[in-house]
Amino acid sequence: MKSLEDLKKMREAALNKVQMREGGKDYRVVVGMATCGIAAGARPVLNRLVEETAANDYNCVVTQTGCIGMCIYEPIVEVFGKEGEHTTYIHVDPDKAARILEEHIKNGHVIEEYTVDAAVNGGK
Amino acid sequence: MMPDLATHLLEIIQNSIAAGARNVCIRVLESIVSNTIVMEVEDDGRGMSEETVRSVTDPFTTSRTTRKVGLGTSFLKGLTDACDGSLSIESELGKGTTVTAKVRRDHIDLPGMGDFGEMIMICIQGAEECDIRFEYGVDENRFLFDTAEVKEMLEGVSIAEPEILIWIRGYINEGIERVKEIGL
Repeated sequence: MKSLEDLKKMREAALNKVQMREGGKDYRVVVGMATCGIAAGARPVLNRLVEETAANDYNCVVTQTGCIGMCIYEPIVEVFGKEGEHTTYIHVDPDKAARILEEHIKNGHVIEEYTVDAAVNGGK
Repeated sequence: MMPDLATHLLEIIQNSIAAGARNVCIRVLESIVSNTIVMEVEDDGRGMSEETVRSVTDPFTTSRTTRKVGLGTSFLKGLTDACDGSLSIESELGKGTTVTAKVRRDHIDLPGMGDFGEMIMICIQGAEECDIRFEYGVDENRFLFDTAEVKEMLEGVSIAEPEILIWIRGYINEGIERVKEIGL
């Protein structure tokens, strides 16, 4: 059974990690969590992103945003890098989300086939 | 429509956060005795005028600028209409808003409860600075969760650290299960 006392231990662990990291994270991973995103399945996507980031200590923060006006492409996950570079992944599901973290955040490779550019240029 | 009650509430809480609330109080109170479920979201956000309150369940009312529809409250109205319930919205400009939805607990059209732990986790993750209180009850039994308490224990470590969020999700769902078991 969990108790609020658990948080003391978790606090220690979190502090150690922050010290090891030095300076902020390199990537920001943003999930669209408006009604359109949620209806399309953004909740399990966000869940998976949080779980995988915790389990693998990926170099990113996971955050949320509202509707960005591309509702037909939801669930949308945007990845922002330190230099301001920006990738928009569309129709993301939990497994795709895990792959985005692994390939993009860990290995630094954009997964072109999941991006909005691929959908638009592919005439979908 | 929304798949479960937790998602319905998530929409309402997101409205509170968008209204600049610093404190949001969420109550989900089941009563086997009176065969009802009452769900309430109370915030100290900027509130709405009487006119806005009157039109807020209209899907073509929204404060947002990216599109012209707003569905969260209309969906909730749809739910209470379909499940022998009622929806009340009390609001005062500058003070805050309280949305209360009541439904019949054994209504055949009532969706499942959903994952409240996950719902609260998502709210905290989206609005770290906001204090969220969650109360779940079955008749006289209660489970209480308060982010202010968690933040105090964490002494400066962010409540939005992924490990902490996952712990909170589990802690809340365990608490809900306990209350349900006592209720049986």
